[in-house]
Amino acid sequence: MEPVLEAKGISKSFPGVLALDGVSLALNPGEVHALVGENGAGKSTLIKVFTGVYRPDGGELRYLGAPAAFGTPLEAQRAGISTIYQEVNLVPMMSVARNLLLGREPRGRFGVIDAARMYGAAEQVLAGYGVDADVRRPLRTLGVGAQQMVALARAVSVDARVVIMDEPTSSLEPREVETLFGVIRRLRETGIAVIYVSHRLGELYQVCDRVTVLRDGRLAHTGELAELPRLELISLMLGRELNEVKAEGVTRFSHDHALADGEPVVEARGLARRHVLNGVDVSVRPGEVVGLGGLLGAGRTETAKAIAGALPIDGGQVLVAGLPLRGGSTTAAIRAGVSLLPEDRKAEGIIPGLSVRENIALAALPSLAKAGVVSEAKIDAVVEIFMRRLKIKAASPGQPVAELSGGNQQKVLLARLLAVRPKVVLLDEPTRGIDVGAKAEVQALIDELAGEGLGVLLISSDLGELVEGADRVLVLREGAVVGELAGAEVTEERIMATIAEQAGAEQAGSDQVGAEQAGSEQAGAEQSGG
Amino acid sequence: MAELKPRLYAWVQDYGVYAAVLALLLFNVLFTPNFLDVSNFRTQLVQVTPIVIVSLGMALVIGTQGIDLSVGSVMALAAALVVLYLGYGWLPALAVALVGGAAVGAAGGALVAYAGVQPIVATLALLVGVRGLANVLVPQLVEFRNPDLIALGSSSVAGIPVIVLIAAALTLAMLFVVRRTTFGRQVVAIGGNRSASELSGLPVQRVLLLVYVISGLLAALAGVLATARLQASDPTSLGLFIELSAITAVVVGGTPLTGGRIRVLSTVMGALLMQLLSATLIKHNLPQSWTQMVQAVIILAAVYATRERASR
Repeated sequence: MEPVLEAKGISKSFPGVLALDGVSLALNPGEVHALVGENGAGKSTLIKVFTGVYRPDGGELRYLGAPAAFGTPLEAQRAGISTIYQEVNLVPMMSVARNLLLGREPRGRFGVIDAARMYGAAEQVLAGYGVDADVRRPLRTLGVGAQQMVALARAVSVDARVVIMDEPTSSLEPREVETLFGVIRRLRETGIAVIYVSHRLGELYQVCDRVTVLRDGRLAHTGELAELPRLELISLMLGRELNEVKAEGVTRFSHDHALADGEPVVEARGLARRHVLNGVDVSVRPGEVVGLGGLLGAGRTETAKAIAGALPIDGGQVLVAGLPLRGGSTTAAIRAGVSLLPEDRKAEGIIPGLSVRENIALAALPSLAKAGVVSEAKIDAVVEIFMRRLKIKAASPGQPVAELSGGNQQKVLLARLLAVRPKVVLLDEPTRGIDVGAKAEVQALIDELAGEGLGVLLISSDLGELVEGADRVLVLREGAVVGELAGAEVTEERIMATIAEQAGAEQAGSDQVGAEQAGSEQAGAEQSGG
Repeated sequence: MAELKPRLYAWVQDYGVYAAVLALLLFNVLFTPNFLDVSNFRTQLVQVTPIVIVSLGMALVIGTQGIDLSVGSVMALAAALVVLYLGYGWLPALAVALVGGAAVGAAGGALVAYAGVQPIVATLALLVGVRGLANVLVPQLVEFRNPDLIALGSSSVAGIPVIVLIAAALTLAMLFVVRRTTFGRQVVAIGGNRSASELSGLPVQRVLLLVYVISGLLAALAGVLATARLQASDPTSLGLFIELSAITAVVVGGTPLTGGRIRVLSTVMGALLMQLLSATLIKHNLPQSWTQMVQAVIILAAVYATRERASR
């Protein structure tokens, strides 16, 4: 069978990054093809090459048996490649029917839109997708799931040969997921090819035929999904050989924290948030490095943010040194001693227009001021201490932070974090995207901080870093803790095995999510009472 | 040349507005008869004072990536309140007017900071509503005879009008707030990256609220001073379109509308530049419509200079 869409040795680079390095993927008609990989693997870049957003630097793109070069997303769409993004990109204020038939509305005489026919047609189409809604109302009045169905219906109804779905289920209810899978199976029967991007492995095994794994911009694996055990898929995604002997000394962790057995400095109980967190319990003791393991989208970042007051939660509680923390306020969290190093350095970390000095002093300003007037001398002193301690390389404290390298920017953020003298730090991917030297320094610093009695919550997609850095690792999957490893159990193999456990079990119980959530909260409360 | 260009842009960005003011002054000294007359100079300064005061608040708001369209209506409300309460003496009346301005600012700030309404929408609603309120309170022009209030608008100290001194003092105060206080630094940080500021524990909502309250307060004060100078309260037309003049002053001063930067002195210079420009053209018998077109060119030039800086 000839592939409908084929990438042959596609390469694409951006300044300083080789995003895709000779990646090939063949998509056959009527197959559902899973595309997986961790952050920076190149999934989104590949999708953007398929959909005409990017032009590849090298390699060949073939569509319907002929070389293809889509100049714009519109061209790709016209040719029959439709994409459904995580965020629905329709027009929220327009009626459901118009969104569905935009540009193809049935017209009567004089080219006026025939509303009655349009509504009739829209209702008929949507019924096939399990959407039972008034098509006259604006799209935004529909739930996210139903909106996604409208987007899907629209994508398919424009004579699509290929439908690309990017995390389509991330905001769907379990029932809606079932409907979506029904639609996908129908697409398959009619010969439409689907590229399915998701981090929810259970879903992949449920609906996909083949899988392509990308890692660091390269093709890591492609083949039948059913023949690939879950554990092996995870090890392919994370880039770890199953039998790889743990190489000591790869990172700069000493791994000899005097294991603190005191009261937890921070304790989260039953953190819950719709679609994201499903009753997470985490505790960190002083001097302890607790790692959070799991795949992208498992809820690691959300857990850290919820603890830091940066993500509103529907349920659960955070205790700092035994006292409950007011939720939803980073100010309260920082005052109590909980500081977060955010994952996205650029969007959530640095303030690009300000100097290194101002960036470091930012969070600590109230303590460096008297009656609201800042003391330049105090700021200088703090900035000097941290620039020296963290070896921040800048021309001067007055240099704009945007001019620094990624590693130095990260150190500036760590300095900002430490300048408020936290009791516990939540580090979300502290070494991602920084050079080797800075990485080793940051790892050494984490060690040092734990040695000084700080509690550390460490999130890292680098399994080696997690294993060598953490005293204890909690493994998350789909917003819940699915395993805890401590001491000698903390190995890359065990972490991957824990991620892979209970294949298919989560689907069976997905309707009881609410009940489980309530249950785990209750359990948490009982534990704390006892 | 390649190295000179960005440095030139940076220079224009930082000092362009000063250079333009100086150039215009020089031009006038050379070519405008009677320009150096003290009375002429004073008139210019007095006329621009309300714009300067309002644009100080506007610079703060724009520094947070916001905008405050309600300032002109707040001036009108202050004008109405100050005559309504003038019976209790000019100081209580001034206090009531300031409280009124602060309240309008708090309303706008609350909508922006807590309800997440876009600043342009929130303050547009206030622009319309507060003007209406001011007209309800004082439906037509009211003259007053309170000697203290009249003195506030017309007296001078050492030859300098009191209201100009007040504007100068406020400028220095704003400079201090922006450069030396925790609040000022937090305002700049929030404008530079709101989510980073939130994650760093800054009281983002409180700071935003306060920024709009300050803008309301300054607008109310400008309204009272303008009223004192007119010796009449005129809520129907006082402060009309002043929000545009204030935004122009901020933009011409080189403050980017994208936030994260506040240039207090340059903003004042921006207001002076526009005033001086229109005075110059009028003195040379060019019609008002010409002034407007020249002003448009200057605004575009300022925006262009800001853009170059941003892209570096």
